[in-house]
This record gives sequence, C-alpha cells and structure tokens, in this order.
Amino acid sequence: MIHRRQFLRIAAAGCGTMLIAPRLVFANVETDRRFVFIIQRGAADGLDTVVPYADPGYAALRRDFAVDPAAALRLDGTFALHPSLAELGKLYGKGQALFVQAVASPYRDRSHFDGQNVLETGGSNPYQLKDGWLNRLVSLMPRSHDEAIAFAPTVPLALRGKADVTSYAPSALPPAPDDLLMRVGALYESDPQLHPLWSAAMEARGLADDAQARQDPASIGKTAAGFLARDDGPRIAMIETSGWDTHSGQMFRLANQLKALDTLIASLRDNLGDAWAKTTVLVATEFGRTAAVNGTGGTDHGTASSAMVLGGAVKGGRILADWPGLAQGSLYEGRDLAPTLDLDALIAAVAAESLGLDTDLAMRTLFPGRPFNKALHGLVGA
Amino acid sequence: MTTAASQAERLTVAMNRFGLGAKPGDAIPTDAERWLIDQFDRYEPTPPAFERALPGADIADQFSEGRMALRGGDATAKMAARKELRQNGQALYRDEVQMRAHSALDTDTPFVERLVHFWSNHFAVSADKLPVTVLAGACEREAIRPNVLGNFEDMLLAVVRHPAMQLFLDQIRSVGPNSPMAQNSGERRNRRKPGINENLAREIMELHTLGVRTGYTQADVTQFALALTGWNVRGLGAGANAERPGGFAYRPRLHEPGQRDILGKSYADTGEEQAGAVLHDLATHDATAAHIATKLARHFIADEPPAATIRTLAAAYTSSGGDLKAVYAALVAMPEAWAAQPVKFKSPWEWTISSLRGLGFERPDMPIAPLLNQLGQPVWRPGSPAGYDDAAASWAAPDALVRRVEAAQRIVGKAPVELDARQLAPELLPGTLSDLTRREIGRAESGPTALALLLVSPDFQRR
Repeated sequence: MIHRRQFLRIAAAGCGTMLIAPRLVFANVETDRRFVFIIQRGAADGLDTVVPYADPGYAALRRDFAVDPAAALRLDGTFALHPSLAELGKLYGKGQALFVQAVASPYRDRSHFDGQNVLETGGSNPYQLKDGWLNRLVSLMPRSHDEAIAFAPTVPLALRGKADVTSYAPSALPPAPDDLLMRVGALYESDPQLHPLWSAAMEARGLADDAQARQDPASIGKTAAGFLARDDGPRIAMIETSGWDTHSGQMFRLANQLKALDTLIASLRDNLGDAWAKTTVLVATEFGRTAAVNGTGGTDHGTASSAMVLGGAVKGGRILADWPGLAQGSLYEGRDLAPTLDLDALIAAVAAESLGLDTDLAMRTLFPGRPFNKALHGLVGA
Repeated sequence: MTTAASQAERLTVAMNRFGLGAKPGDAIPTDAERWLIDQFDRYEPTPPAFERALPGADIADQFSEGRMALRGGDATAKMAARKELRQNGQALYRDEVQMRAHSALDTDTPFVERLVHFWSNHFAVSADKLPVTVLAGACEREAIRPNVLGNFEDMLLAVVRHPAMQLFLDQIRSVGPNSPMAQNSGERRNRRKPGINENLAREIMELHTLGVRTGYTQADVTQFALALTGWNVRGLGAGANAERPGGFAYRPRLHEPGQRDILGKSYADTGEEQAGAVLHDLATHDATAAHIATKLARHFIADEPPAATIRTLAAAYTSSGGDLKAVYAALVAMPEAWAAQPVKFKSPWEWTISSLRGLGFERPDMPIAPLLNQLGQPVWRPGSPAGYDDAAASWAAPDALVRRVEAAQRIVGKAPVELDARQLAPELLPGTLSDLTRREIGRAESGPTALALLLVSPDFQRR
C-alpha cells in the first residue's frame, strides 16, 4: 500500500543535510595562495549537477526524475546548473566558477573504495601507491613554520604520506588539563608511532582555540576559512563530504546534498574575505553514475562525472567539456556517461596554476606515469 | 618474526588480542588456547543484556505505524510528528548500542563476542537513514549472533535476508524489468518504469563474499541483481500488501523470469531459490575463502598479514566447507597469532570496551553511543557498506589521541575511588607492561590521573 512505501521516502528526507557531515584537513606551505580540495565520497551524479538539458538523451534517460530545465540555472546553450546551486551560479556569473563535464580518473571499474583509492593516491590502479597526491603536492612547496592540520579524527588517504599532517576536530568531551596532557607526552616520548602524532596534536591545539564545535556546512566553511585566512595559517585544505551514493530517491537526496555543498562553498567565500581572490577550490568525486535512472528513482555506479573549479582567480564563467553526448551508442559500456577528460590532468593543472608551480612537475609528482593534457592551461590566473 | 611467548604473555594475548580486554578479578585461565576454544561451548547467542530488546519485525512495524501518523494533520503537526519519530528512532538506536556494550562487559565468552563485532562490521549496514538506524542492532542480534559459530553461508543468507540490509542497500524497490509487476505497471501508465537496483548484488560480491577485483564483471553484477529480484521485506517495498511489516518476504511478482548466467555458470529460474543458489556458490568460492581469511588475519595477526597465514586460514575455510569454528580453531593454533608484542592499534570501540572492562564497569552510568561518536567510530554507522577500516592508519591520528585522553578522563571520573592503577596495570597487562608505563603511572599526581594514564598508555592502546 502506498502509505507503507512512504516509510522510506520520508526517512531519506529526514537526514539529507546530516549525511554530508563534512570533515576538514589542512596543510601548511609557504605561499600566499590557497588551495582547497573538496572530495565528494560516494560517486556524485554529474548529470544532475551540471545538467546537459539541451541533449535530448538527458530527458529520455532520466524521465520523470530529470532536473526541470525551467528551474535550473542556464549556463550556456547546452548545460544548466542544478537549482540547489544558487551561490555557485552567482560565482559563474562573476567568472569565478568553471564547471567540468564528462571527466573521470583512470579508474574504470565501479567500486567506491577502489575508485576513491585511485582518486586520492593518484595511482593508475587501486593500491598501487601508498601515499596521497595532496601530500605529494605539499612536498613540492617550501614548508612554513607550522605543521599541517587535519580537521578530522583521522587523516584521509589523499593527505597521507611523508609530509607531516596533523588533525583537529571540535570535541564535545571535557578538555583534558595541561598536566595530564604533559604526562601523556612523557608516556609517548619513546613510542615511534605515537610520539609524532602527539606532538602534531599539541601544536594544532594552539591554532584551533576558537574553532566552533559545529558540523553543519556553513560552520565548517567558516571554520575552514578562519584557518585559511590567517597570515600564519595553513594554505592547503581538504574537505571530505559524503552521502552522494544515491541509489534511490535521488531527486530529493541530491537536492539536499548539493544545497549543503553550495552553502559550504558560499560560507568559505564569505569568510575568506580578501583571501578569496587568492583561493582555488576544486570539487571532484571518484566516478559518476549510470546515465539512466534505475528502478528505484536513483542511479547506480557509473563512470564519468562532473567537477568544479571555483575561486577569485579562476578563469571561469565557462564550461570545460568535450561533450560525448548521451545517445545510446555514445554511452560507455552502453550505460554510463563516457569519460572524455582526464581528472588527474585537471587536478594537476588546477593545483599547479593555483600555487604557481610548473604543471609538468606537478603532473609527474602527483600522478606519476600518467600523461599530461597540454590543452589544460589557463584555468586559474596568477 | 614470532618470539616464544611466556605463560603470562600468552594470557595477555588471549585476553586482550582475542578477547575484549582483561577484567580485574577475572578467573585466570591456565591454558590460554584452551580458554579460547572452550568458549564455543559456553556461548549464548542471546545473553541477558538483551532481554529488553525487541524483535526486528516489531521495530519495523512500530516505526512504519509511527510514520502513518505523519500523513494527517497540518504542516506544524506533521513536522512535530516527524521530529518525534526521529527522536524515538535515535533513542532506540542508543538503547541498542547500550545493550551491545553491556553484553560486551558481561560476557564470559569475550572471544566469541569479539567475533560478533568483527562479522557485524564485515556485513556492515550504516545507520544514516532512519529505517537502518532503528534496525541495525536487530540485524546484529538476529543475523550475526546466532550464526557466529555456524557456517558462513548461513550468516550470509541471514544478513542478506534481514530487513536492515535490504533497506540499507535498496533491495526492497528492485523490480525485474520483465516481471509481472513491471509488465502491469507498464500497461497502466508510461511514467515510472520499474527496474532493478544493483546495489545489494554488487556489495555482496565485492564486500561480503568474493572481494573486489577477483574477476567478476559488471555483467555478473547485473545478472545477480536480476536473480535477487523478489527478495524483499514483508509489508514494505515494491508491491507490498497491507501486511504487518517485518521479516523477509519473497514476492514472485517482482522476480525477473529466466535463466541467469553468473561467473560462467547458469542458474535456472527457480524463483526465490535462484538467488539462494548463487549465494551458495559465492559462499563456497575460493575467492571468498581468501577474502574471509585475509580479513580475519588482519583483525588478529597484522594490518598487513603474511601471505602464508592467509593461505592457512583459507585452506581451513575451504576444507571445512565454510565452518567458522574450524577457521577460528586454525587461527588459534597459529604460532604467529601469539606474538608477544602487540600487533594491533585498538579501534575506538575496542579501546572503550576494554577500558570499561579494565576498570570493572558492569552497567556504566554513561551513554556509549555519543562517546563513540566523539571518538570517531559511531556504532553501526561507518558511512559505507565496507564497514570500518581495520588498520592503525585509520585510528592512530593526532586528534584521535587527544580524544582518547579526554574520554579516559571521563571514564575514570566514574570509576570506584579505591581502584589503584599501580596494582591494576600488571593485572590487565600480565607480562607485557612496559617499565616506562609502570613508572609514569607511579609518578601521577592523583589516583584518577594514574588510571587515565593507564588507559591511554601505548601498552593499553594496542592488543
């Protein structure tokens, strides 16, 4: 009966904004430029984010679940932005947002965990590399006086590696007195695993005194901006978002997810103040979703998705895509949006241009053994 | 690699690595290996800690009845009803977590109890949406606990058929595109075309049985998803009747007719049994044996377990036809499982439970669910069907260490004042307590500080 089915739909509604639960990680390097990587864990659907409304395949594949082109924000003659992304639409209008379509990492199977491993390590295959490309990016820059900071109880793979990272997350537990902290320090003095972790934690405490114990997207954006805006603060950040795996009820869930992302980025921009002009934010996911809607109002694991490049120095107001189209014959393995742009090369180009590094060197270091796409230049201004 | 452990060291390994942590005043086993194996005979699937627990079917029923109240009334009334429902769901979840912790504190079969936690994470659901939040505890109680000493295939079947897993991985709305129900709705209107959802099929192959990159293809996943159509939850999901929501239901009207070809084998259309036959073959596949062996070895022997260890465990799995007791016995019999040096950094759950056991708590006056949230490992909420990582890199992080110190302070604040850390430390870590930890505990400014230092010491944070 209909009321029984209602059970699930409302249930999904109740937790949409909670699912994103963003987590932050920071690293310090000597520069006045800022680079923020936002990962969308769970395979975000690019087709409902940067909507190819003019491609007749879109409405045919998504049927009743398609984003209404009348409600979406038109970007150009082919693409429109999901209506939840109003603030990103404003950035696009100011030339501060570049949207990328049909982009994918080298990973071609459909496991979240392997896909995230490839995206974060920068390897060609899962588990080929042990450390993360963001950590190797940190190693390309001169280090500043402070250690890096992770705003999460644990360090995500992209930032794991040789360069030091540390973590901070607001805690609801009563703080431990200095005496106890000092004694713990003595206890860990000769432990090769715990000693460096503890030293890093003690350094982060000084920086994070007034960070708010809030986990909503606006507060996370504000907290991140608070750190990045400081003269002596970190310059590289990673923000982890989750909840993008929309196998069912995608219309509602994705609207919530994108709204939270929009709020997070707007809060970052507003609270960065003048530093926004020197900031680049890159948003990407491990892979996309099936082109067609499935039997449960959702989409399953796919291949190519969309990505975003945002910031005061971004040469935006345009779409970067070699659009493969959504005709049946154009789909990858007959089911997914085909990848026509390499996400690795995009990341290398954006990171290098944002931080004033040589793009070839960045590509070799971040994504060893992967070919660079020379056409990707002029994405971010000096 | 392995140093011959003394009797005291073997006790530490048995109680802390295999068990859930030593308790003060525990009867000291003389034969550590025997003590582990004997637990198989004493284990109770439903110990007294769970006497208040409701059957999953009742929970499903209660929460869908509650939802019906949302349908009537104006917007304000609806919002209030929704809020109440969410709060009731959270309260039920916290109660389930509390019962799980109580059981872990009470148990005199801590090795088997640890294995329950292990399998619950292997077959992870994530309490991110309300139906899973309220049913996650029931899934562990009803699908994992009764099968932890049985055959792997029985546990697999029980989990896949449990409403928590079906709801979590979207199985309940998956409909065969050529099933009677799809044909019917196609005639009625041209709008919503029912179809399959391949989420459950994929995660069974990737996470529960074969393991990722073991040779199955996208076509195998799709074929398996078609075979699974019709597997559903009573009173919920596509094509449900107005029956009382609850346990497993097979709905022939959703089932995709026809033969399925999976991993090079054909499965005749036997209705409900078609997916059962596939699950049987997956459970007994060599890749599954290797996958299960790897995860068990990672949990008990090393974050990166040696290949020979994995081979031995996989052989025990295969030769016993997936009899889990035989696999555990092979594990306990391995010399490398008894290395005296700790091999694992405890997860937040392991650390919390061992801390509470170590200080002698039976019914701690402290909610466990929020404590685990603060420590970064919400119970039954790993956020993904892969469950929580079982390696130090995921748990040993700067901020995580500070959180543990804060939590230790909180736990110690509720402990009996007469507890003396100097006596307790060698009792909890026989033969393995380091001189440094012993010295720092002795130097602490107060009794509670000494206890907190014991709980966060490198010795106690590892097993």
